[in-house]
Amino acid sequence: MPLTTEQESRHLEKRHRKARIFAIFCAAITWSSVLLLAVLLYQVSIEGFRWLDWQFISSFPSRFPERAGIKSALVGTIWLISLVALISIPVGVSTALYLEEFAGKGKISKIIEVNIANLAGVPSIVYGILGLAIFVRFFALERSLISGALTMSLLILPVIIIASREAIKTVPQGIRNAAYSLGATKWQTTWAHVLPASFPGIMTGVILALSRSIGETAPLIMIGAMTFVAFLPEGPMDSFTAMPIQIYNWVSRPQEEFHELAAAGIIVLLAVLLVMNATAIFIRNRTERRMK
Amino acid sequence: MAQEQYPDAALASQPAEPRAARSIKKSGVLWGEFAIKSWLASCSFISIVTTAAIVILLLSETLNFFESVSPREFFFGTTWTPLFEPSSFGVLPLVWGTLIVTIGAALIAIPTGLASAIYLSEYASDRMRSIIKPVLELLAGIPTVVYGYFALTFVTPVLRNVFPDIQVFNALSAAIVVGIMVLPMVATMSDNALRAVPVSLRQGAYALGATSYEVTTRVVVPAGLSGVMASFLLAISRAIGETMAVTLAAGQTPNMSLTMFESIQTMTSYIVQVSLGDTPSGGVAYQTLFAVATLLFAITLVINIISQMILNRFREVYE
Repeated sequence: MPLTTEQESRHLEKRHRKARIFAIFCAAITWSSVLLLAVLLYQVSIEGFRWLDWQFISSFPSRFPERAGIKSALVGTIWLISLVALISIPVGVSTALYLEEFAGKGKISKIIEVNIANLAGVPSIVYGILGLAIFVRFFALERSLISGALTMSLLILPVIIIASREAIKTVPQGIRNAAYSLGATKWQTTWAHVLPASFPGIMTGVILALSRSIGETAPLIMIGAMTFVAFLPEGPMDSFTAMPIQIYNWVSRPQEEFHELAAAGIIVLLAVLLVMNATAIFIRNRTERRMK
Repeated sequence: MAQEQYPDAALASQPAEPRAARSIKKSGVLWGEFAIKSWLASCSFISIVTTAAIVILLLSETLNFFESVSPREFFFGTTWTPLFEPSSFGVLPLVWGTLIVTIGAALIAIPTGLASAIYLSEYASDRMRSIIKPVLELLAGIPTVVYGYFALTFVTPVLRNVFPDIQVFNALSAAIVVGIMVLPMVATMSDNALRAVPVSLRQGAYALGATSYEVTTRVVVPAGLSGVMASFLLAISRAIGETMAVTLAAGQTPNMSLTMFESIQTMTSYIVQVSLGDTPSGGVAYQTLFAVATLLFAITLVINIISQMILNRFREVYE
């Protein structure tokens, strides 16, 4: 039975109303995640700002909240991140260059590729167990900075490799062909042309990977980074603590004061992360403008 | 040689190298080329070595573990008390704990993540996108220990106001923060998948008189379904492997309770608990670490492989 005009227009109106409600619903959900970030930051800052002063930055951890600080954790994190950068950047970028520029499209490169994709999905705590068994116990590096840095490097290598490969892929083939036609070898082309052209993209990926390793807690707990360290590490073989571990330690205590100290520690940690992310975004935007 | 056959002014002005010197120089370059290529190749083999190390380590220690505990007890036992007498090694309570936190997190992250992705790809203006995208990136970049703090100091107190009989450490609070944690991942990956759907498909549907709701649910989402499903699976796999927030929020009580108001223990938080104590190396207690980790590794690996298969097998390719 055909619908009357009136029925049809009512039906149409209903469909459009449904579409409007759906659009509003999706928008509301999305904006609530912005709200959530605001709530989180607000919560952290009202709890933590009271404790955030020079004394907090420059003191060692203590049983007494008013004397406790984040100095050894901050220095430990800086040590850790420097070592991780030294290990993971050369290895990660080399792997990406090999896979993109040197390896053929054969079976081996396919295996490596699938393998890296799977490694990126391994839970971080499994890397912690690997670090504990291999670096701490087998190579007897003890619970040192170098054990932590090696473990963390393995964890972020897939991220660096994947990001670097994406950056290298964007280099136009014409640049390579121009270099080859002037008689450059493969490595000369890669070193003098491909690498500089993809450098900003690689840097963005590296910074994001390193900022992930600053926040990672579980692998460091696994390899036994100490939670009470009242000295500064002086070399890669020293034991250490790091900011997320110190925060974990404070959060897991029942006293309210320590939760507030944790909030202060989180502010410092987020500030470091924000600076790193802003740098990455700055580099990305600058190159986008240059490409245009 | 071209140089000898056609002497011209520009070439002749260069000092002619003896043939022998030239070939030594050339072989030097080639040798360097070979050395560099070998270095690059050996770097890329580190990833293979890492995988091999993970698999060999986990499997060998797990096999040692199964010499003292029967697989039957491990997989089907319902009591998990490996660290004190009488010890019992049924892993089901840990799997159960992981499962309810993951299901709870998925129930939060999947609908909201997909709705956000739809808003971002179908409705939001460029200006809105430029605000929301960085916020999602920031949420994704917040360390998990911070979410643990958030669970204990914000989510749990709010929950206690609503449900007075909820425990201080509870599965619900953990599920909520883990859901928030994986939400940006679902939103960003699904957004990419939906944006990859060609505009012409949308235009076709609009031309037939469909509303935006109908275009989205019957054309765009089905067309981008492989990417959307892959994002769901990856989010679930991340929720399973999530450690710090769950350890802080859900506590350390392995049990198989049906309510989310009680403290539970997940596979990951058991591993943390053991490593925080002074467990001697060797011994059954130390080996449980590897048995649980193997199970965790196997579960996440299977999910990741399925999601890659979905991406490769069911991807709709549009010209």
